[in-house]
Amino acid sequence: MEVSTKRMKNCSVIEVSGRIDSATAPQLAGALKALTDDGIFKIVLDMNGVEFTSSAGMRVMIDVQKKCNQFGRGDLVLAAVPQRVMEALELGGFDMIFRFFDTPVEAVGSFV
Amino acid sequence: METSQTRVFPARFDVLAAVSEFVVQAAASAGLDESAAYAVQMAVDEAFTNIVEHAYGGEDRGDVECTCRAGPEGLTVILRDFGQAFCPECVPEPNLSACIEERQPGGLGLYFIRQLMDEVHFEFTSDSGNVLTMVKLKSP
Repeated sequence: MEVSTKRMKNCSVIEVSGRIDSATAPQLAGALKALTDDGIFKIVLDMNGVEFTSSAGMRVMIDVQKKCNQFGRGDLVLAAVPQRVMEALELGGFDMIFRFFDTPVEAVGSFV
Repeated sequence: METSQTRVFPARFDVLAAVSEFVVQAAASAGLDESAAYAVQMAVDEAFTNIVEHAYGGEDRGDVECTCRAGPEGLTVILRDFGQAFCPECVPEPNLSACIEERQPGGLGLYFIRQLMDEVHFEFTSDSGNVLTMVKLKSP
């Protein structure tokens, strides 16, 4: 899994690719925590390159969303989610908890 | 004709990618489509993670034997471990319609396994270990 963070004016974008499972989810959690520790609660997760996400990855996302909602009046939004990953998120009822955008550009635009 | 392959993996999270590759290849041999292969990959990942976390109580405390049987009707995946037995019926179903503050972290792995596979069977014995058998049928 690869994770990179881009800090922008109105929000930050985390680009993640590869597999998000119990081995790699802590790395994603660390990248997200680095932002929330700095008081950044408007976050776009660009999932375009994600091949697979287990419930370990979903737990990371939900924990951060809780933090964003509670402390910062922010939002963790998901962009460019591949079809199979989206189906799994829907199966877990996560489609009710996140806002989804087709592209990271649209997701960033939602914070303006 | 049925083909069967078995591999033994150490009960660690960093082998999950290799476990996935093994079962996805078996899914392809069994003629499962991409959606079904993804379902198998996810169910096996969740089951393997549960074994590491709950049966063994942490990483590097045992092995997990993974057998894939590709047959005319689909794919059977059998995971065997020698950790602690557990009561699958005792794991509460996650409340998927709960608001975000009330979502509980547990139970999601088992929920996914049951939703994604066509048959799920647990067996716990003192001599031959814990055996989880999961079947994914080919689409008609």
